[in-house]
Amino acid sequence: MSGYIVKRLIAMVPVLFGLTVIVFTIMALIPGDPALAILGSYGTAENIAKLNRDLGLDKPLIQQYLIWLGNLLSGDLGRSYTLNRPVLDEVLERFHATLILAGVSLVLCSLFGLLAGIVSAVRQFGWADRVITFLVLIGISMPSFWLGLLLILGFAVNLKWLPASGMYAIYGGGDIADLLSHLLLPSVTLAVVATGVIARLTRASMLEVLRQDYIRTARAKGVSERRVIYRHAFKAALVSVIPVIGIQAGLVLGGAVYIETVFQWPGIGRMLVKAISTRDILLVQGGVLVVAASYVVFNLIADVVQHLLDPRLKS
Amino acid sequence: MSARPGSWKLLLNNRLAAIGLGVLALTLLCALAAPILPLMQPDATALADRLMRPFEGGHVLGTDHLGRDLLSRLIWGTRVSIAVGVSATLIAAVFGSAIGLIAGYAGGRTDNWLMRGIDMLMAFPYILLALAIVAVLGPGLLNALYAIALVNIPFFARNIRGVTLGLSRRDFIDAARLSGKGHVRILLTEVLPNVLPIIVITMSTTVGWMILETAGLSFLGLGAQPPQADLGSMLGEGRKLLFNAPHVSLVPGLMIFILVMSINLLGDGVRDILDPRLKSGVLSRPAASTKVERQDTSPLTPGPAGTALDVRDLATEFRLGPEVYKAVGGVSFQLNERECLGLVGESGSGKSVTALSLLGLAPTPPGTITGGRVIYDGRDLLEANLGELRHLRGNRIAYIFQDPLSTLHPLFSVGDQIAEAVRAHHPVSYREAWAKAVRLLDMVRIPNAENRARAYPHQLSGGMRQRVGIAMALANDADILIADEPTTALDVTVQAEVLKLLNHLRADKQAALLFITHDFGVVSELCDRVAVMYAGRIVEMGTTREVLESPAHPYTRKLIACVPVLGQPDRRLDTIEGLPPTMNRLPAGCAFAPRCPHVADSCTKGDMRLEDMGGGHLVRCIRTQEVAA
Repeated sequence: MSGYIVKRLIAMVPVLFGLTVIVFTIMALIPGDPALAILGSYGTAENIAKLNRDLGLDKPLIQQYLIWLGNLLSGDLGRSYTLNRPVLDEVLERFHATLILAGVSLVLCSLFGLLAGIVSAVRQFGWADRVITFLVLIGISMPSFWLGLLLILGFAVNLKWLPASGMYAIYGGGDIADLLSHLLLPSVTLAVVATGVIARLTRASMLEVLRQDYIRTARAKGVSERRVIYRHAFKAALVSVIPVIGIQAGLVLGGAVYIETVFQWPGIGRMLVKAISTRDILLVQGGVLVVAASYVVFNLIADVVQHLLDPRLKS
Repeated sequence: MSARPGSWKLLLNNRLAAIGLGVLALTLLCALAAPILPLMQPDATALADRLMRPFEGGHVLGTDHLGRDLLSRLIWGTRVSIAVGVSATLIAAVFGSAIGLIAGYAGGRTDNWLMRGIDMLMAFPYILLALAIVAVLGPGLLNALYAIALVNIPFFARNIRGVTLGLSRRDFIDAARLSGKGHVRILLTEVLPNVLPIIVITMSTTVGWMILETAGLSFLGLGAQPPQADLGSMLGEGRKLLFNAPHVSLVPGLMIFILVMSINLLGDGVRDILDPRLKSGVLSRPAASTKVERQDTSPLTPGPAGTALDVRDLATEFRLGPEVYKAVGGVSFQLNERECLGLVGESGSGKSVTALSLLGLAPTPPGTITGGRVIYDGRDLLEANLGELRHLRGNRIAYIFQDPLSTLHPLFSVGDQIAEAVRAHHPVSYREAWAKAVRLLDMVRIPNAENRARAYPHQLSGGMRQRVGIAMALANDADILIADEPTTALDVTVQAEVLKLLNHLRADKQAALLFITHDFGVVSELCDRVAVMYAGRIVEMGTTREVLESPAHPYTRKLIACVPVLGQPDRRLDTIEGLPPTMNRLPAGCAFAPRCPHVADSCTKGDMRLEDMGGGHLVRCIRTQEVAA
């Protein structure tokens, strides 16, 4: 197994390398003088000259990329002029908040998605299946940013049960309970769409598996029906659902952009939106790179879990 | 696109899809008719009328913070959102499909490089990629459109490439190539029409997303810029007023939701029609036991002494839509203690369904047991509830199935699967059950059983796997073993070994064996008695010797003539002309009549009975005299 993980880690290198190429290429497409675009209103002649020197912006593109990559590898993502601090510091600080939000959402959507899918498949065509199928349809059609507003109106404004925004209470708070109360609404909102996708796939996958001969064998052995479903069928279905959960990590990390804006969550998504409107190009670049890299890692984890579950993949 | 006639009808028959279509059509109509509808100016500000509630001052949906009429803005905004979403879909479809077509058709290095690039794009969470593109191009509706279109290209490229790859290996593409058509023409005239349904499916499943995502970018202030407004930017502006005037943001959000939901409903319907294989859940899941629906049954009388299993008039049907397939049409036999009874017939003769029906393992839906009794230990198993059946399954009556690669669970070790069979019926620890599993594997002569117990099915050979199947069936010392073609999937040399082992162990354990096969050669080696099945009924039954030496039914004679005999190379091997009848349209009279060389007029009338020819040799034929002559 560890051999496989090492192999996968090595295989990650070209993917990460590709990410840097794409991010760099997108940023190189900026029309006009890149130094001016990066500096914006800070674009004094002196600053422009310094940035051109630092990033090699006056050199050919390939050379620019190599300089940029070299800086990146030494942990230098440049400096945000609007925030007046190194991009890496800002990005890592914000990423911490995003990871909490996205991580909890991912757990929620996996849990509820799998459960709903199993119930739906086991009660195929029954009322529970109909209700779940309909809820799933609503879930995957839901604009999450709108759902967030609805939840704020309902639970924060009207019922006053939960805070409407932020990560911690401004006065007092700061403990786990405080964090959780702030986390509940945004993480649920963020999980809704992914829950729908996972539930749908789990249902289809369970139905497919339940028709297999080895399920009949389990029943012919006299194994209890609950064990047939939760051990025999679920494990087999899970093997095909796991990679999709990995993909949902992308949906959740991307969706965090909306949810963080709606709930004023101090994460990387909200930072990105702000950076785009202030044209803080280097901050956008750094943020996108870090989130994309974390998505690659999420997929790696999904891959490893799948390999742990399915012995056929080892040989 | 090869839309079959009736596609529209199919779509409208799908209630949800029809609702989606209706709502979508209404929305589109409103959006298209916006210029001629009696609406107020969407951009006319009237600060005196700001933040009116719905139905206040003649504004059906109220007004926003600048006093603009929300209904008018909603309809005009919907127009923009739909236009942007559809345009993005078209752009993504054109470019993505082009990439997919080229990659799939060219194959080799071109394919490799293109798909590598596509994979690279998919390594991004795609909303993020869209953000990066907007960051570079600058906020604006058109830039948001480009960004969303670009990030959706990979979905099209992947789907279309897959289908094209399959097509480009087909004969008609080769034929077109040989006829001297250019690549571009082949792609456009031969390949494209065939992948069009997939393009339509992908479009119908992604257009909702694209509307949602462009609305999202506008919501963030990165799409439509004032005074231009789409649903997303309306929602974004309204958000600032959430606490004072929630209707300003709730209304456009609801519109996005309704729009996307109706598109998704319709998209699912379109997908189901164009590609029925993808339709989720058409395939039903078999229930834990077969449904029993008996009209009237004979009184439950005890079977003769020494009978392990007494099957009387068992009937099982498969109901698929309006068609009823009578897979088993009244089968009666007695399996005596410690005997081996062979159940012989061609595939589709109902022998497997008979065996599965005994313990409620025939799949429901579509299977239903419609009549008969299965008497074991003085009880009718067709009256048993699931708990009682479960107690017997694998415990008193155990199955050995045909193809052990598909009948063993791929994700559990074989030792674990055998141990589970033990633990299903005995309250022993996992460790004890495992030890028993190892002993069982040893008993079926698997070398190095201790290690092999930890192996997964795919790591074993076919013969090994079948030994595992036998070990599992023997785990609880069952009285009755039911083996459904246990050696058919194996090599001939392995077959003989496994059969010998099975017979030996059965004799050892004093279990009765119901052995299902199509091979009379195997029957002669193994079985004490034999029952021959044709079209869901037993047509002849007797001791193996009697049936083999003096077969009375023409079908049995033909079946025996199919078996090659060692040392008789000159013997003519017969094949049986014609095909078995389809089980949903069984002919009147003898089901074998259409293929029978001895057929007479009387054979196609009435119901043939199973007659005793003496000494328990039963046959279902009215012309046995003529046949024997």
